Amino acid sequence: MIRIEPRESPSRRLTIGIPVASALLALLLAAIPLSFAGANIGEAYQQMAKGIFGSLFAFTEMLTRATPLIFTGLAATLAFRAKLWNIGAEGQLYLGAMAAVAVGTGWLDGPPILLIPVILIAGALAGALGMAGPAYLKTRFGADEVVTTLLLNFIILIFIQMMLEGPLKDPMGMGWPQSSPVVDNALLPQILPRMRLHYGLVIALVAAVVAHIMLSKSVWGLKLRAVGENASAALHAGIGVKRTLMSAALISGALAGLAGVSEVAGLRGYLTTDLSPGYGYTGIVVAMLAGLSPLGVVIAALFIASVFVGADSMSRAIGVSSYLADLVVSMALICVLIGGFIARFTIKINPVNKQQSTPDTGAR
Amino acid sequence: MEILDILLSENFWAAALRIATPLIFGVLGALICEKSGVLNLGIEGIFAAGAMAGWMAVWLGADLWSGLFFAALTGAFFGLIHAILTVPLGLSQHVSGLGITMFATSVSYFTYRTALPEVSSPPRIEPFQPLDIPILSDIPFLGPVLFQQTAMTWLALFLVALVWWVYNRTPLGQALRAVGDNPDSVDAQGLSVYGLRMGAIVAGSACMALGGAFLTMSAFDAFFFGMVNGRGWICIALVIFASWRPGKALLGALLFGAFDAFQVRLQTEVGAFVPSQVFLMAPYILSIIALVIVARRAEYPRALLTPWFKGQR
Repeated sequence: MIRIEPRESPSRRLTIGIPVASALLALLLAAIPLSFAGANIGEAYQQMAKGIFGSLFAFTEMLTRATPLIFTGLAATLAFRAKLWNIGAEGQLYLGAMAAVAVGTGWLDGPPILLIPVILIAGALAGALGMAGPAYLKTRFGADEVVTTLLLNFIILIFIQMMLEGPLKDPMGMGWPQSSPVVDNALLPQILPRMRLHYGLVIALVAAVVAHIMLSKSVWGLKLRAVGENASAALHAGIGVKRTLMSAALISGALAGLAGVSEVAGLRGYLTTDLSPGYGYTGIVVAMLAGLSPLGVVIAALFIASVFVGADSMSRAIGVSSYLADLVVSMALICVLIGGFIARFTIKINPVNKQQSTPDTGAR
Repeated sequence: MEILDILLSENFWAAALRIATPLIFGVLGALICEKSGVLNLGIEGIFAAGAMAGWMAVWLGADLWSGLFFAALTGAFFGLIHAILTVPLGLSQHVSGLGITMFATSVSYFTYRTALPEVSSPPRIEPFQPLDIPILSDIPFLGPVLFQQTAMTWLALFLVALVWWVYNRTPLGQALRAVGDNPDSVDAQGLSVYGLRMGAIVAGSACMALGGAFLTMSAFDAFFFGMVNGRGWICIALVIFASWRPGKALLGALLFGAFDAFQVRLQTEVGAFVPSQVFLMAPYILSIIALVIVARRAEYPRALLTPWFKGQR
């Protein structure tokens, strides 16, 4: 007979196989909405692939798109590992971007070697500050951080709007609500000539490696994982749960803030309220696809960025709505969730044995 | 002086009730889900799906009530996915809910864009009209406030009473409360924990979708991207503020509606001196403050966020 039993721990093959299978399944499922839209499915996938691998430019565009997703994916990963539900990466990204333009658009000058670290630190601090509030409200008042971070996303975006119509408005901007351009010495340089890909990607990769080492090799990482797995046991073991949560919150916010700096100083050059098409929220999908592993985040971000860039180019070529990308991303999240469930079980096929196969309803 | 004028005006309270209506649906929906022990962060997306589905059905030729039914059905569908993921599979309620929000939102947006590829101004439908009840509408003050709302506001108020009655006066309500507090006891009585929880999530999600449908079928007459604008999240805050009680949920939504209506009117008074964004931020800030005030005292359903598996204690 066939029995389903819980596993001790998911095998290594499954921890990698499940997310990959989920991502591919979500891509396959895109055929359903595509056929609803009346598209030629073969051509649609072909256009998608062309949009990612068709040229060096297309490929670097994908990497450019992956850059903020690595940052926000890491932000979600570190917070979720501590079971701190930071859903506010979107807002923290904007805070980081705002800090970058606040210090990087004129009143501070110097060589790039000085200015670039300054705006990176400013952005990280702003992002950290954005998450410090909800973390404080959680540890001090027990206010649910899911709700506070979600609501803060709206507050911060409106605040940015206010700043862009007020103190941060570009006087030369023809009345558009946008910031002054970031000074040349503060811009993250491009990696390849004539491509938009910038050194934000390198910083993101370094951040992923550092996050990996901190999480799996440091005492802090050990505490963080202990708090995430069982907060009350961690407390008994003498771990400062509140302090650990607060540090996770600050680092998570800082990473999301860096996403904002990288977008402003590496890609756009100035701040508007459409800087991010939801990178903060998508970072959650990236983190889940990565199985909350910092190095996995890099791979997952590349996949999600491919979906977005591929769907964009398909949309331009055959006229299917580019909301298809969001659809694939959300389906990938649901698939990987279900996959995580499957990974916890193993299917055993035994020869029928009446005595052993009595139903286990009495097992309490 | 002017503030008093505002608070005494019929228009103000009529607007407060109108603003509160989608929130009443949403808070009730969240309450039904959470009382059974399952957080439903799919609410924001289910609002969008309800708004799109209800509008789309009417735009395609259905009558308003069928449109509303279709919206509820759409909400129930997304609720069912969340129910399967969180109840028998016992997966993270946070992540599943966010996944449902992303899924429901993108399905709605994709469907809308596919059905209407190139429209610059969204097509309109004939929405629910104010129910002008002949004699009652002429009562001073109360008449204009209460009896010129659309049928959907009445439906929301009726649902508050219905939910209160079910939870306080029926065995079903007792079981639905118990399943969110102590699922083992429900199981011991021979009732199905899975069935009760999944049923509650599906029903609650249908209710949330009605809140979304109110936006396109009563408050406005068209569908816009991003029109939900955090209303779902506000409901999640309000349900904690309301301590999971239907009466308090109504009160919370009304207070919120009154505050929002008030700040819009205040804006016309002092708008020259204060940036308009301050007023736009206010509802979200208010929700956070309300949450912080009640957070410590809130009586969470004891089994909220805790998955339950049959035959495993």
